[in-house]
Amino acid sequence: MRFPYPQNLDAGSLAEHGIWLRQAIVDMVYQAKSGHPGGSLSAIDLLNVLYHQIMRYDPQHPDHPHRDRFVLSKGHCSPALYAILADCGFFDRNQLSGFRKFGSPLQGHPSRLALPGVEVSTGSLGQGLSVAAGMALGLLGLGPRVYCLMGDGEQQEGQIWEAAMFAAHYRLNNLCALLDHNDLQIDGSVSQVMNIEPIDAKWAAFGWNVLHVNGHDLDAIRGVFEDAESCTARPTVLIARTIKGKGVSYMENQAGWHGAAPNEAQYRQAMDELAGGAVS
Amino acid sequence: MKTVRLTIDLDRPGQTPSRDGFGHALVEEGRRDPQLVVLGADISSSVRVDWFRDQFPDRFYSVGIAEQNLINIAAGLSLTGKVPFVSTYGVFLSGRAWDQIRTTVCYGQLNVKLGGAHGGISVGPDGATHQALEEIAIMRCLPHMTVVVPADAEETRKATLAVARMQGPAYVRFGREKVPDITVPETPFELGSGYCLRDGSDVAIVACGAMVFQALLAARTLTTTGIDAAVINLHTIKPIDEALILEAARKTGALVTAEEHQKMGGMGCAVLEVLARHHPVPVEMVGVNDTFGESGQPDELMSAYGLDAATIVAAARQVVERKKS
Repeated sequence: MRFPYPQNLDAGSLAEHGIWLRQAIVDMVYQAKSGHPGGSLSAIDLLNVLYHQIMRYDPQHPDHPHRDRFVLSKGHCSPALYAILADCGFFDRNQLSGFRKFGSPLQGHPSRLALPGVEVSTGSLGQGLSVAAGMALGLLGLGPRVYCLMGDGEQQEGQIWEAAMFAAHYRLNNLCALLDHNDLQIDGSVSQVMNIEPIDAKWAAFGWNVLHVNGHDLDAIRGVFEDAESCTARPTVLIARTIKGKGVSYMENQAGWHGAAPNEAQYRQAMDELAGGAVS
Repeated sequence: MKTVRLTIDLDRPGQTPSRDGFGHALVEEGRRDPQLVVLGADISSSVRVDWFRDQFPDRFYSVGIAEQNLINIAAGLSLTGKVPFVSTYGVFLSGRAWDQIRTTVCYGQLNVKLGGAHGGISVGPDGATHQALEEIAIMRCLPHMTVVVPADAEETRKATLAVARMQGPAYVRFGREKVPDITVPETPFELGSGYCLRDGSDVAIVACGAMVFQALLAARTLTTTGIDAAVINLHTIKPIDEALILEAARKTGALVTAEEHQKMGGMGCAVLEVLARHHPVPVEMVGVNDTFGESGQPDELMSAYGLDAATIVAAARQVVERKKS
């Protein structure tokens, strides 16, 4: 089966897309005057690699039965999803400025009925992995893979562990979960609010194949995705060490930028920083 | 009013558990539709999904005691073209996983079917924790949800088949105990359309589930006191049959609603919403009075909690009095 994507961009192109993606995230949150930039910026490199180098799909046929699927369990990071979907041609880029506005298909949290490329309506944390596991079960042995991005605060939701138990029980080797481990949630650091460590040991104990990766090293990210695909015995979770707000100096590692929009001066500064060069 | 003819012997009816109708329908539809799958939450025999499991082991998935995951796994399966049925006890199905049903299933308009077992106080000795008395209220308020409360095992079979074949989320509520067999295979059933079982002109008793039989008994008693009662089986709470409710209200001018459920928020309230907007008439409600249940034998609990023919009779007499004054 041939799909137009992934297009297998080289490192240089991928990095350029990364700049555009970050600018798109900052811009749409600024235009909307609300949204979640911190966790979108920490996750976007994972999505950049996933959509440009890994997943098999056709933006012109978003319902193709043999497509790979992506579920954004941390649904508040819709800016990241919308940015990558626009980048890959699921809809016109000029729709991005409508984010969160009345009548826009770019709802505050992704709606599967509003926008092509959105598989599941998420936003209520802890739910997406179960849906991804159900999809993986329905597709088991048929070829398509299912990817699911979770937050680290989201690991506090019990349903995540119900899904983890289920996926291991059913040996869903076509399921690959990504954990955006930026160590921050709203009230503060994850370890202060409700400690989740040792998170890797927990996933391993639940029967998953656990891989670690620097969530901002595009080359390394591609490598672990490929490793995940070759693991046939069990589902895989990629624990990505990330920086919340990555790419915008005043947002990096700040809990306060979880769900706030930049003002005009901050916006200008962010866009200038991003235009200044590839994020390293 | 147009009436469905019954041949039931009110004094010696046949009796079958409604959940048997659910179990049989799953097997029947499973034969017809290869996409039908069933998910079990550890109580397969109790909710009668074991019959499907035994026939189609490759299409049955055990999820264990994890209701939130149960719903969303079904949601994921529906997104791969399957028609998933999920069943567990009503309290846990509708309550434990309410957010999942609301946000993943209903907001996403996914084709997930919910079999809410152990509905009502007739669950018996298990007591309040397992006696679901709120599911109609918390399911009917969800957009895109269909809610059905069939009157007997045969109607539960038809309701399950109907729900399997429609697009979108649906909740079928049934109890644990045997209930009198009121309907037969030839009795019409259509989602969204209730029907009249007994015509009458003084008061209309609108009932669902196990209370339909109690309503028939009550109507017979009321005749001896000079009150001519109509009995309506309002099996589909959502979408509700507004036309039938209004026809009954216009004809009789007085209603009694009867459900094995809290008065607050359930079928009775759904009826009140229709009447208040279009044709207000006096209404007396028979249901649970804002209290939890308790352990006991099904019949004694139904009486103790006012869920029987005697309570319907008293309510009917009261509402007829109110109509006159």
